[in-house]
Amino acid sequence: MQKMPKWADVALIPLLNLLIAFVLSGLVILAIGENPIKALQTMITGALGSTYGWGYTLYYATNFIFTGLAVSIAFKAAMFNIGGEGQAMIGGLGVALVCLYIPFPHWSVALLFAMVGGAVFGAAWAFIPAYLQARRGSHVVITTIMFNFIAASALNYVLVNVLRPQGEMNPQTANFPEATHLPTLHEFLAPIGINFSKSAPVNVSLFVALAACVIVYLLMWRSRLGYEIRAFGLSSDASVYAGISPFKIIMVAMLLSGGLSGMMSINNTMGEAERLVLNSVEGAGFIGIAVALMGRNHPFGVLLAALLFGFLYQGGSELSLWTKIPRELVTVIQALVILFTGALDNMVRGPVERAFIRAAKQEAN
Amino acid sequence: MDFLTIIQIADSALRLATPLLLACLAGLFSERAGVFDIGLEGKILASAFFSAAVAAATGSVWLGLLAGVASSIAFSGVHGLASITFQGNQLISGVALNFFASGITILIGTAWFGLGGRTPSLSGGQRFSPVELPFANAVADVPILGPIYSDLLSGHTILVYVALLMVPLSWFVLYRTRFGLRLRAVGENPAAVDTAGVSVIRLRYAAMLIAGILCGLAGAYLATGLAAGFVKEMSAGRGYIALAALIFARWRPWHALYATLLFGLLEAIANRYQNIDLGTFVIPVQFMQALPYILTVIILAGFGGTAVAPKAGGQPYVKER
Repeated sequence: MQKMPKWADVALIPLLNLLIAFVLSGLVILAIGENPIKALQTMITGALGSTYGWGYTLYYATNFIFTGLAVSIAFKAAMFNIGGEGQAMIGGLGVALVCLYIPFPHWSVALLFAMVGGAVFGAAWAFIPAYLQARRGSHVVITTIMFNFIAASALNYVLVNVLRPQGEMNPQTANFPEATHLPTLHEFLAPIGINFSKSAPVNVSLFVALAACVIVYLLMWRSRLGYEIRAFGLSSDASVYAGISPFKIIMVAMLLSGGLSGMMSINNTMGEAERLVLNSVEGAGFIGIAVALMGRNHPFGVLLAALLFGFLYQGGSELSLWTKIPRELVTVIQALVILFTGALDNMVRGPVERAFIRAAKQEAN
Repeated sequence: MDFLTIIQIADSALRLATPLLLACLAGLFSERAGVFDIGLEGKILASAFFSAAVAAATGSVWLGLLAGVASSIAFSGVHGLASITFQGNQLISGVALNFFASGITILIGTAWFGLGGRTPSLSGGQRFSPVELPFANAVADVPILGPIYSDLLSGHTILVYVALLMVPLSWFVLYRTRFGLRLRAVGENPAAVDTAGVSVIRLRYAAMLIAGILCGLAGAYLATGLAAGFVKEMSAGRGYIALAALIFARWRPWHALYATLLFGLLEAIANRYQNIDLGTFVIPVQFMQALPYILTVIILAGFGGTAVAPKAGGQPYVKER
């Protein structure tokens, strides 16, 4: 046997990478004169110790499921979509326009339309980078970075000059009408006797995100299109030889990716803020990169990684409330996770692989 | 718009272009050696923080500069480790380093100074002071040329002149030395360089080192020359604009100067005028802010000539066994 078993590849290596990232973060906490064990306890109580904490953890996780799935679909087609942030911003614009200008009878109809609005706007924002990659070979990483900045400026312009109601100082839209307000988990669980925190922002979008995981799984592993996307990602030359059109795959993968990023806005814009503000995405598009890498680009892995980052995000804000550790600790952990699972993967993989091969050889003797 | 205003805007453009130019040249060396570097932003930010923090702590801007450059080189080292030694994904490594810089500067800054991530304001010897070029006062009254020399060119901090000197120096190193030839070759066809008996690994690490130093200068200038101290996220996307300038310049040193001056000028204009009223329609300030990125996308799309990156860019070099 010249390979390590599959479970080591999908579970052991990511866990080892995560462990290294956490140990290093612990050392950072030590270095700034705080107690890492206590910090972890604070994070756990703050994020998982109450239904309020869970409500925020799941709310953040909902965002990260969408952006994580978005990044992972592009990764599967061997493309790195850093533009999730911009696509989610513009997706928010789509959601806001739908909610503000269509009179809805019921939130469920509003949610369906908002999903379409967010996805179409998000996908549209991915269209030009995708087209340039497919037709002109312009590197999608660079163009999506540029489109993040263009999105920020465009959104700023639209909020300040177009959508801002009279008399409002901040760059934001008017509040969405009552009929578009999404029910929170509290409203779902109250009838069956579970008392979930009323003030936590987790809402029906969580179920949409979970459904998205299943749909992405079916699409990628149980459909012809998904097969083509994965084949193209593994070897573009071989897939061209098999009659797969690179143009089609690049476009479809990027549009799906942008659409999922944009759809995130049903959670943060429609579900939580109930209006579009300037900085509504709050880096969730970038966290999607860490989530996709950590989750090995598989919807189930993305779900777990999104929960982990939801926990880190909520735990991090609790940490900044109760200790002197700022919430940017989460950014450091996020960076270390990306570094170790994404870029320094071989550093851990090499020794582990050799250990497995040595063990297998000894058994054979 | 009178002559004095033009001089003022040009002067501000030169200041704003300086960190872009240094970072752009850093990216130039790195990418010419075949290593993509989207971690410019993080290196600038780390250097800005450490240069301001050490300058504030020791009172010496030169020690600050040293610390800034050292931190930037350390970031480059990790990037090299990930993308050269462990053959990882260079783009992902860059992204990770950017996040790491944006988190760690605030974490350390808060613990060190207790100002919510800022450093104390720098003054006196903690900052770079303006350098008067010779005869700046004497020729100030000469019409046209006088103000250009004494107001526009003279009176900047030393790092501005260093940055400008780096342009011909980079050109010379890349195009007139053996090291430069090999460096460029390693970004196009590393296997050929390896066959010639030159170490690809060592050349790429050398490029990382140069990129680290240049980004370190950029960050130090930002925090101790342009501004007086570090504030949260003060690099504000400059690493990405430098990357855009690099593509705009098509990976050439002199063109890097022109591109960064152009982007510096755009920023200076956006700072000075909010919305530009052209009579029939108004150019919103947001458009000016987005213009560098829009221009880069247009260049990348292949309008106005093609932008061809170094061929081996982004691929780790695996020696045949």
